[in-house]
Amino acid sequence: MNPIEGANETVKSLTPLASKYAEEIETILAKYPPEERRSAVMPLLHLAQRERMYVDRATMREIGDILGISATDVASIVGFYTLYYDEPGGKYHVQVCTDLPCALRGADQFLDELCERLGIRPGETTEDGLVTVEEVMCLAACDKAPMFQVHSGQGLSYYENQTVDNALKLIEELRMMATRGPGHYESARSDGND
Amino acid sequence: MTDVQWEPPTGLILLRHREIADINSLDVYRQYGGFEAFEKVVTVMQPDAVTEEVKTSGLRGRGGAGFPTGLKWSFIDQSNWPHYVVANADESEPGTFKDREIMESNPYQFLEGVAICAYAIQAKAAYIYLRGEFWDIMETLDRQIEELEANGLLGDNLFGTEYSLRIYTHLGAGAYICGEETALLESMEGKLGQPRLRPPFPPSFGLYGKPTVVNNVETLANVPLIITHGGDWYKKIGTEKSTGNKVFSLSGNVERPGNYELPLGTTFRELIFEHGGGIPNGRKIKAIMPAGASSSLIVATDEALDTAMDYESVPNVGAQLGSASVIVVDDSVSIPWLINKTIHFFKHESCGKCTPCREGNYWMAHLTERIDSGEASNDDVLLLKEVAEQIQGKCLCALGEFSIEAVLSGIDRFTADFENAVAD
Repeated sequence: MNPIEGANETVKSLTPLASKYAEEIETILAKYPPEERRSAVMPLLHLAQRERMYVDRATMREIGDILGISATDVASIVGFYTLYYDEPGGKYHVQVCTDLPCALRGADQFLDELCERLGIRPGETTEDGLVTVEEVMCLAACDKAPMFQVHSGQGLSYYENQTVDNALKLIEELRMMATRGPGHYESARSDGND
Repeated sequence: MTDVQWEPPTGLILLRHREIADINSLDVYRQYGGFEAFEKVVTVMQPDAVTEEVKTSGLRGRGGAGFPTGLKWSFIDQSNWPHYVVANADESEPGTFKDREIMESNPYQFLEGVAICAYAIQAKAAYIYLRGEFWDIMETLDRQIEELEANGLLGDNLFGTEYSLRIYTHLGAGAYICGEETALLESMEGKLGQPRLRPPFPPSFGLYGKPTVVNNVETLANVPLIITHGGDWYKKIGTEKSTGNKVFSLSGNVERPGNYELPLGTTFRELIFEHGGGIPNGRKIKAIMPAGASSSLIVATDEALDTAMDYESVPNVGAQLGSASVIVVDDSVSIPWLINKTIHFFKHESCGKCTPCREGNYWMAHLTERIDSGEASNDDVLLLKEVAEQIQGKCLCALGEFSIEAVLSGIDRFTADFENAVAD
């Protein structure tokens, strides 16, 4: 049996990731040799985070089933890599680099002032549950600090040469977008099946 | 053709987008000879001849280790198939941001380099492992790869030959250690990004246990022009043993931080003061880290500033060239604060496999924090040095080794800073 065809059947029988993203999953699996499906664990986790920005246990089990590995194997990957989350946070993660080159250009002060004006500490989420501010490691934009990335399930964007005022304005825009948007965030909060 | 006399107007080989507008469109890239090198290797060159040309050029790996690229390709085990190429686009060293610019602005030259390398080792599949934060770049590369397939430059039976090649992207998810080539391969296989015991090296046991060449983005981006203009042309640039141009990522306390493509052998002084515009706010230069956070701290004496940035000369002033991510530190910066920063980075990024690195960085972070906050005694500095020395030479990969470079060189070369930190 061609393992990819096998995966097809497995994929179809599972919910909700497989039913929602059948086509994307097939495209991802096709990148790797049929007998090396496990390679798809990282792209599948990115896919799983697309709407809710975290991966629950049921989804880890589902990904494990698609790839023929255990849920524990999947959980260990989630735990190892910083861009995967196993619990809900803000819809948007504002991730400020404070590594040495950025710190030499004022990134520590930038993060402190940003958090102070948002009324949170690094690692915390704003009261409306929309924005988590985090201190992160080097993002390969050292010449354009202070800088941060905004990580949402839809992707990652860089914001470079930032001031705190700029950043707060952007965060306001993200909040507007979130409250007027398709409402994924609210549904994520209410149907958490963990 | 190798006999064409070609002198680039200002010497740019890699950051050609700074001279050729829209080279990030396939049409423009092809107007400037793009994919002629790949067509040439596939249609008229034997795979070994491609590797020989790269050997002749003297090109050395730009990810940090400086290993001769052609030699690495020639190590591929011919008795075990299939072969793979994996492009290391996991650029995560604090101070390094060159591969990002190459992939964003001159992507086809990089992709052509991947393709030529694949032909040289007769790989039919190549993967580009991007750090998770390069999500946008991945999406763009995916579109560009599709475009190459649509134009017959990737895919089956290329240029009417038997040779077929597919290139795929693979997105990481935030782990510095995955820049280490064997950790990268583990990660690509869907496992934790932890280094393997070596040997065997990837050319004999790589992705899925198959012979694999892992090369850095910048390394591969050099290859198309080496094929077009010849290894002899390339080796005239730079120094005798460190040939070619290098993209130096300049950051820290400098007027004009950014990427500068210059011949290997350019002095620190030229990079920092001529190109980078010197030190802002009337400050003086105090230290240089030539290889990002993984670097020893060089005392910025006149002798150091006049040192050539190449693989052979930088060790003369007590550091390595590495990935040439030059972090400039001015005289307002306290070295205990600086090493507290670098150690917190390595503590966070240690993969946890080797105890000396995992535990050592944890304990070093406690000590550097205490020293930086002024609550430490001289015994803490001695203990920090002792812990660092116990990590030395006891780890599977370079991360553990790199984590102590700034610590040991900082304590040895900036003694006064530590005396001040513990005096109060």
